[in-house]
Amino acid sequence: MRIRALVIRIVRQFLHDKRSMALLIVAPLLVLSLMYLVFNGDTYEPKIGTVQLPEAVSQTLGENGADVTAYDSEAEAEEALAEREVDAIIRLDGAAPAVKLEGSDPARNRAVMAAVQKAMQAQQGPGGSPAGAAQAPVIEYLHGSEDMSSFDNFGPVLIGLFAFFFVFLIAGVSFLKERTSGTLERLLATPLRRWEIVAGYMIGFGIFTSIQAALIAGYTIGVLGSLMAGSFGCVLLIMLLLSLTALSFGTFLSAFANTEFQMIQFIPLVIVPQVFFSGLFDLESISPWLRWLSYITPLKYGADALRGVMIRGEGWSAIAPDIGVLLALTLVFMAANVLALRKHRKI
Amino acid sequence: MAAASEICVRARDVIRKFDDKKVLHDISLDVAKGGIFGLLGPSGSGKTTFVKLIAGIDEATSGQIEVLGTPMPKLAMMVRIGYMAQSDALYAELTAKENLEFFGALFGLRGSRLKQRMHEVMALVNLTDHMERSVGAYSGGMKRRLSLAIALLHEPEVLILDEPTVGIDPVLRKSIWDELQSLSRQGTTILVTTHVMDEADKCDRLGMLRDGRLIASGSPEELKSRTGSATIEEAFLYYGGARA
Ligand SMILES: Nc1ncnc2c1ncn2[C@@H]1O[C@H](COP(=O)(O)OP(=O)(O)OP(=O)(O)O)[C@@H](O)[C@H]1O
Ligand SMILES: [Mg+2]
Repeated sequence: MRIRALVIRIVRQFLHDKRSMALLIVAPLLVLSLMYLVFNGDTYEPKIGTVQLPEAVSQTLGENGADVTAYDSEAEAEEALAEREVDAIIRLDGAAPAVKLEGSDPARNRAVMAAVQKAMQAQQGPGGSPAGAAQAPVIEYLHGSEDMSSFDNFGPVLIGLFAFFFVFLIAGVSFLKERTSGTLERLLATPLRRWEIVAGYMIGFGIFTSIQAALIAGYTIGVLGSLMAGSFGCVLLIMLLLSLTALSFGTFLSAFANTEFQMIQFIPLVIVPQVFFSGLFDLESISPWLRWLSYITPLKYGADALRGVMIRGEGWSAIAPDIGVLLALTLVFMAANVLALRKHRKI
Repeated sequence: MAAASEICVRARDVIRKFDDKKVLHDISLDVAKGGIFGLLGPSGSGKTTFVKLIAGIDEATSGQIEVLGTPMPKLAMMVRIGYMAQSDALYAELTAKENLEFFGALFGLRGSRLKQRMHEVMALVNLTDHMERSVGAYSGGMKRRLSLAIALLHEPEVLILDEPTVGIDPVLRKSIWDELQSLSRQGTTILVTTHVMDEADKCDRLGMLRDGRLIASGSPEELKSRTGSATIEEAFLYYGGARA
């Protein structure tokens, strides 16, 4: 009954507060769309300058995804490279081709090397024996496909990150406002119990975060067409738990902030490190003595499970442990919040 | 001293410290059932701190506070107490009606009873026409009145009002005091803090706080005659000066 009153109040406040609504619903979709445009663009076409290269070689380079410009002298080509008009120059050093890369962007370096290697293979192909074609490796994919884009790879982590981030911020600031506006003290003069306050917030905000989670997942998979190998139900379940974790975490941490600005100051402390461990970056390359941190970041569990389902098509049994951890973290943060409220009223 | 069953609020040797700063010093006080008890004192004397202890929002560092025979703080007592804070604690995004519905539901009011009470208290504070307006668009005095309406909503036996009439015009202030007096005649115990001396005169009994100490208590007439003053203001200055 009292929890219901709290839930109704939170829902009404939210419906009156168009800005927060927009931040919770529109902002993640907008950012995801931008990410999609950035990461899903066509593969980069490396610009390669050639110096007195046989016409056939230039042509095969062009056929293998390079934008080829021919230069008459080496000096001209070097100048173009320095001006960053081309990403690499190729000339013949005796019989062997020599490649000089501009080198400041690893992604472009890789694109150049890929084009050069493909071209070299193509050059050798027709000249080799017919058996050469048979010897070419057969390539299969256990998960994903040749067409998998960066967005397909990042997508699951990103939707988890946005669900977590926006819910953390809005729930934390709202709970803080209850304290700074004096209404929390007013609530403590009513028969409302501490755990009822926490439960009311979880349910009231839970309604909106569930809608947000469903929208983000639906939009990413349905509209942006992110790779989706597993079941949508599993994705929804993970998203829901991840946002509930963010909800309990945000409301708990708000006990340690006195102003909205102090709440913002938590972002570099508790959100940014989670991004590092979430799987956007390869964990193998993180020093072992830092790696243990990943085990206490909620986002890692959510992102792992989301990747498992969306990329590798894992089912319930594979994500159950991650779900369990998220559920446990939510309960721990909720209990901690009930305890933190003791600061304001012992009973 | 009145019999135990006649006592509404009973405070014994109450001390409240914030960190190491003692804000209330050994306050012992009895407030009889029914009637209006006024807590008087300059700014920073500890009025708010003291009434919060009685309302059960805060806990005394040492000493006991009983309300209606029950040691505070106690959750079950919250339904029998109505509290109006010094600063308006309202949800600005919501309408007055939504604020009332929320607090009403917390106190277990619902359905037609809730509706009826909402209209009664809003009529009392003269806000009936502004029921559907968002509280964010209220004036300071209107917010004050809505806070009072919320405190009255569940018909508490004990009403604790922390400077209820600040920012309210004299006409409305008079009608609010008339209502408080009629409530007290019906048996509600009202504890009110104030700086305003003519309000103090309307109280049945007064307690004077200064620097966290209860320096005097009694009916306005008693305090005046004891100090040989014509007004409460003089009596207040007498007690304040005597200890300074
Ligand atoms: N949470 C707190 N932490 C530290 N000191 C406090 C706290 N609350 C009140 N005080 C101190 O206790 C003293 C009494 O404060 P209180 O609010 O009870 O005064 P008051 O009589 O209600 O004053 P006013 O008439 O201005 O409302 C003040 O000196 C104040 O600084
Ligand atoms: Mg005060």
